[in-house]
Amino acid sequence: MTDKYSDDDKQTKDDKTYDPSRRRFLKNTGMVAGGVVGGSFLGGLLTNKFVQKNETATKSGMEHATDFQEALQFFTRREDFAVLQAATEQIFPKDENGPGAIELGVPYYIDKQLAGQWGVNARDYRQGPFVPKTKPSERAEEKRGEQSILDRGSIFLLGLRVMNQESGKRFNTSFDKATEAQQGEILQDLQDGKIKMNGLLSSEFFFLLHRSTLEGAYCDPLYGGNKNMDGWRMKEFPGAQASYMGVIDSEDFVKMDPVSLENYQGH
Amino acid sequence: MVKKLNKVDAVIVGSGWAGGIVAAELTKAGHKVVILERGKDKKHEDFNGTKDEVRYSQRYDLMQNLHKETITSRGDLSETALPVRNNVNARLGENTGGAGVHWNGWTFRWLPYDFEIYSKTVERYGKGKIPKDSTMQDWGVTYDEMEPYFDKFEKTAGISGEENPLGPPRSDKYPNPPLKTTPAINLFQKASTELGYHPYRMPGATVSQTYQNPDGETINGCVYCAFCEEYGCNFGAKADPIGTVLATAKKTGNMELRNGANVTRVSHNGKRATGVIYVDTSTGQEYEQPADIVVLAGFVFSNTKLLLLSKIGTPYNPQTGKGIIGKNFTGHFSNLSTYIGARGFFEEKKFNLYMGTGSLGSTLDDFAGDNEDHTNLNYLHGFEIHYSQLGARPISNNQVPVGTPTWGKEFKKNSLHYTNRNLFITSQTAFLPNKYSYLDLDPTYKDALGNPLLRVTVKYLEDDINRSKAGVARCEEIMNKMGADIVDVDKVADDLQFDHKFYTDHFIGGVIMGASPANSAVNTYSQMWDMENLFVVGGSSFPHTGNYNPTGTIGAFAYRAAEGMNKYLSEGGLLTQQLQEKNA
Repeated sequence: MTDKYSDDDKQTKDDKTYDPSRRRFLKNTGMVAGGVVGGSFLGGLLTNKFVQKNETATKSGMEHATDFQEALQFFTRREDFAVLQAATEQIFPKDENGPGAIELGVPYYIDKQLAGQWGVNARDYRQGPFVPKTKPSERAEEKRGEQSILDRGSIFLLGLRVMNQESGKRFNTSFDKATEAQQGEILQDLQDGKIKMNGLLSSEFFFLLHRSTLEGAYCDPLYGGNKNMDGWRMKEFPGAQASYMGVIDSEDFVKMDPVSLENYQGH
Repeated sequence: MVKKLNKVDAVIVGSGWAGGIVAAELTKAGHKVVILERGKDKKHEDFNGTKDEVRYSQRYDLMQNLHKETITSRGDLSETALPVRNNVNARLGENTGGAGVHWNGWTFRWLPYDFEIYSKTVERYGKGKIPKDSTMQDWGVTYDEMEPYFDKFEKTAGISGEENPLGPPRSDKYPNPPLKTTPAINLFQKASTELGYHPYRMPGATVSQTYQNPDGETINGCVYCAFCEEYGCNFGAKADPIGTVLATAKKTGNMELRNGANVTRVSHNGKRATGVIYVDTSTGQEYEQPADIVVLAGFVFSNTKLLLLSKIGTPYNPQTGKGIIGKNFTGHFSNLSTYIGARGFFEEKKFNLYMGTGSLGSTLDDFAGDNEDHTNLNYLHGFEIHYSQLGARPISNNQVPVGTPTWGKEFKKNSLHYTNRNLFITSQTAFLPNKYSYLDLDPTYKDALGNPLLRVTVKYLEDDINRSKAGVARCEEIMNKMGADIVDVDKVADDLQFDHKFYTDHFIGGVIMGASPANSAVNTYSQMWDMENLFVVGGSSFPHTGNYNPTGTIGAFAYRAAEGMNKYLSEGGLLTQQLQEKNA
């Protein structure tokens, strides 16, 4: 972790309102209220992570940096977020090359994006009449861009819940607890536009989910994804380098350590 | 209540290359100019530290904010047009400098064939070769007449390049040598040469060395940092209107640029334009800016929309073929004319694809324009083929061989493996005008100010599809020669339709030029035939889309238009007659 996070911690510690035990209590209560108690692998992972983090912080006098960004801005139900975590991990799984979506912070990246202007389609033309697509087709007329009246935040909530319902119907379990193969089957049907959604095609939701997963894996870490620039390391992408003047004509592949905007902008 | 402002010599709508060039030339001649720009104020300082793929390439921070205004789109007269709702499907420029800020800098001279396309086609192949439903026409000017203006724009923008072995005659070489080369570019050039073609280095405005242009503006040498297309340059190393023509105009003390000024009408008395009406977007206050001459230098869509809203000229009617405003809309369409070609995956080679710059590449003209004999070909005009190394950013570049998964374990493995092992070559094809493809006002959808959106209708003809297929086939041939292990070739369907995507930013027509008011809205000085103190400058004046990127030719015609305006401001009258008489 960078010095920047340690500075943040120091500031928080000096703040009179800081109370680690209160923070832990709130977080764990949140987990219970959200309905993810002890069950799934992912839910368990989450809970453990929060507890571990606070304990480490307490034991080592805040030497281990807290990721203050890893809290929810947009999602209000833990079960929705659990589906998102499982789905993004399926799309971009952890493997021998390196971390998957969850470790890279992709679900939190998407949460933040949905809470901001992208989530409410702030830069999009939003006047009606809206003529949403109703059936998947190869015809150009039906392949045109987004036409749904729903904003992206609503589309994600709708889509993740439809995935959960579909998992319940097919496998008698929630999506995040379904097996890898079962999750894969639902994602494939989403991509193929085979799952019924009100107001848009499931393929359109899948497009957003897929694209935002890759964004979260490879964005500048300022957005909360691509944690520790590990996405870029896997991709051999060196980030915001100032110049390739001396190496652009190199015959051999050049490997470089990545540079983030936090570094490049020189604050 | 509209507030009337003090009169100026010229009011210019839009601050991109066209508006900037006109502003520089008019203010240097001592005329007082106001530029109205609806977008935000931008300086080079705004582009420092902006190497942020999410912000600029996924959220399109520099592109037109469609929340306020967009276009509607349909593929046939019988369809109901729908709005293009987000920037994923429309990367149109906005803000000071317009699309000239986020371009890649590829700067071509359109061909002698382009300017005399009808006559030269008939001369070589006979009238029977003109496709049914085509509305192609001569532009009313020749390449030789345009050559000095091309040269002028290339010098303003510091274009870096080398002689095109198949290019038309030039009065001077490019002002800067080509950019550096890379192993991927060398591979493309070697394979093409072995096939008997004539590749040459992409002429471009990401300048190869620090350069001072004839107006005294400095453009820095490019450092190949890979954040170019969709970005403003971090280093002042890409020629843009902000660092060149707008800076030149500003220095004269004769130019005022107002941001947040959204022009909605040209005010006129039927014979002369008297000024423009605009809304200050921060207050909602309406102003009238009177001027001796009015210059519309916005994008194709804005120029056409303003004429239609102002009821100037006769709107084109696709049923009768009568009328001119909105006619001959063409462009480079992403599923037909560019962004398609052949992608090669290499197992043994690994390239530094994350490095690059907007104009880094190589291209060949063996099939451009009428360079090939079309006697036995089932299309007219042609395509150039290029490989470019723009700098592959990680979110947008996850190519995997066709038929393999696009998500999941295998996708992740393949996309990582091939990140620096895949090259794409593309054929950018011309698009010839037809009677069905045009611009008019949408009957349903409105912009944020309550005015109708512009409606775009695009229909591909057989000729266009045949040309596209021929281009892709050549890409495949070259990629095979380059030795890729897997070659994926884009399919062009026989019944391919317009896909409602507007992200090439190469859109053309609507206010076309010609030799006579019978077939054109403006003369070759971009002066309206029907209203001689109104000039409509930019890609809107081109009667068709050639195979090349348009900016070099837009720049040349803007210089020609500005020369005409300076003449008009001192002498008045219709320019074509005057200047022709003078030259005769």
